[in-house]
Amino acid sequence: MHLPFCTGCGNTTVMNCFLRAVHELGYKDLRKFVFCSGIGCAAWIPSPYFKADSIHTTHGRSIPAATGVKLVRPTLNVVVFGGDGDLVGIGLSHLIHAARRNLDITVIMVNNMIYGMTGGQMAPTTPFKAKTTTTPYGNFEHPFDTTRLIVAAGACYAARWTTFHVEQLREAMKKALTTKGFAFIEAVSQCPTAFGRRVGLKTAKELLQWFKENSVPLQEAERTAEKDLAGKIVVGEFVCRELPTLTEIVHETIKEATNDA
Amino acid sequence: MQGNQACAEAAITAGCKFFAGYPITPATEIAEHLAKRLPQTGGIAIQMEDELAALSAVIGASWAGAKAMTATSGPGFSLMQENIGYAFMTETPCVIANIQRAGPSTGQATKCAQGDVMQTRWGTHGDYTPIVLSPNSVQEMYNLTIRAFNLAETHRTPVILLADEIIAHMREKITIPPSNKIKIINRKKPKKTDKTFFNTEEIPPMPSVGDGFNVPVTGSTHNKHGHRYTADPNVHRQLVERLAEKINKNANQIINFESHNIENCEIIIISYGCTSRAVHETIELAEKRGINAGSIRLKTLWPFPEKIIQTIAKNAKMIFVPEMNLRQIFYEVERTVHGAVPVLPINKIGGGEMITPEELLTKITKSVNNIE
Ligand code: SF4
Repeated sequence: MHLPFCTGCGNTTVMNCFLRAVHELGYKDLRKFVFCSGIGCAAWIPSPYFKADSIHTTHGRSIPAATGVKLVRPTLNVVVFGGDGDLVGIGLSHLIHAARRNLDITVIMVNNMIYGMTGGQMAPTTPFKAKTTTTPYGNFEHPFDTTRLIVAAGACYAARWTTFHVEQLREAMKKALTTKGFAFIEAVSQCPTAFGRRVGLKTAKELLQWFKENSVPLQEAERTAEKDLAGKIVVGEFVCRELPTLTEIVHETIKEATNDA
Repeated sequence: MQGNQACAEAAITAGCKFFAGYPITPATEIAEHLAKRLPQTGGIAIQMEDELAALSAVIGASWAGAKAMTATSGPGFSLMQENIGYAFMTETPCVIANIQRAGPSTGQATKCAQGDVMQTRWGTHGDYTPIVLSPNSVQEMYNLTIRAFNLAETHRTPVILLADEIIAHMREKITIPPSNKIKIINRKKPKKTDKTFFNTEEIPPMPSVGDGFNVPVTGSTHNKHGHRYTADPNVHRQLVERLAEKINKNANQIINFESHNIENCEIIIISYGCTSRAVHETIELAEKRGINAGSIRLKTLWPFPEKIIQTIAKNAKMIFVPEMNLRQIFYEVERTVHGAVPVLPINKIGGGEMITPEELLTKITKSVNNIE
């Protein structure tokens, strides 16, 4: 199958990790899954390339669409794929609200730190001072620490790895998929075309090298002074907890209301 | 019963199992009523973070197999436009109630207006044909809400119930027919062997996600399997034309109006929504002054009832279009009759003040005297 991604794009790694995770969890096919995605390169990971149901929504609206699907069909595994522009740019409010509600879905955010599909504009995750087509003098804004934001919003599971950490990424996906509540994976990923080229890391290899050298495990980061963490990627499992889920609560409420009526 | 409550109750009767909304005056009572009543009937009601999320959730729910609706007013309806286009393009049945208030922008949040007519017609980008219904009483809030669900299911398309603050907040007695007397339509479901769910000659059957059909739903131009196909102009042309045609072709069954004395009268009043409530009295008053008047009340705004308006224009001397906006349906009537007869607007905006029978009469008498 011909995938729509550029050569060396991290999306293929994320796709691979996910399919392996699903396989290792024992699923024979994707019949019990529904994929929702918005607009952008990462939105093409499931749709239409997975042999499964997928809803490719408008820009940023994959999570609310997933909300409708999950509440109506609680037994399905609803998985959202999206880029940083889609999920924390235009769709941020939906993302944190879904975490707050503890909507029991898995969200996989491919963070390439740029708007790739539209040709390399600044994203809410673009590193400080990085040059993009809309920040020709260097980005004067600070990026979101999305995983921490999602933990604060109430997610049950949140982990960040890079495409260099394929094994950890796959294991995290397995955990996310078996988590009962809202699960979030941030996959920091290489975009040689729209990002790497502009920051002087032209190939996937150079970008992966950069991920390798600049990743700091969470435990180590906790012992490190904040100023020393500038420009670093903190990786690891940020939260793993169990809380009642939105679907459970909504359907319990329906049961009570039906009995009362 | 209140108009908004009638809408909510009718939704339940129509089989609605999912509501997602965001609070906005004067539509909020629909959300409040459904929040209470839907769970009692095994349905889900959820308040989302904004209108974009509300309609997205409705679309997700519809693909999961549930009849679903949202309710809003002008500013929220503006926010929903991107997903109205998406629902149209993906052929997702759903109902969107828009209870109009005075705009533009925040305008007069609690006051009635009819300024969203053209927004329902051309609000989203690209070419499309919407179905828009316009009730003028609490009873009709009930009847047309059921009809909106039925039309959405039959035509696999979003349907807009365009009401106004007066109808939504008014209280009237209504008759709810016994359930076996109410016709409820459900979407066509695919057979196990079906493979195409988009872009075919007919209105295709709609599978639910999770039923094993592996449907890719996309707002991009797609072929009959649902696969994105944007390079070929023919694929786009065929898809968008079919989406418009499936409504246009069935316009006769969709269009619905009420007429009074239109056969041999000199003047015709074309109205809809709350404004139409002043028309009956106006006609009686006009008759007392020797003016032979008739009326048409549009229950379906879109598709626009061109044929019927052209027919009545043949006999009439003058057509009046009263509206609580600065001319929206007026232009449509003017375009439709194409100079066959003079069309005159009667407009009033601001403060939620209705157009009174006296005001209508004054305008009509003046115009009639002018040409005589
Ligand atoms: S633009 Fe970047 S993110 Fe998009 S496919 Fe190409 S490499 Fe991947």
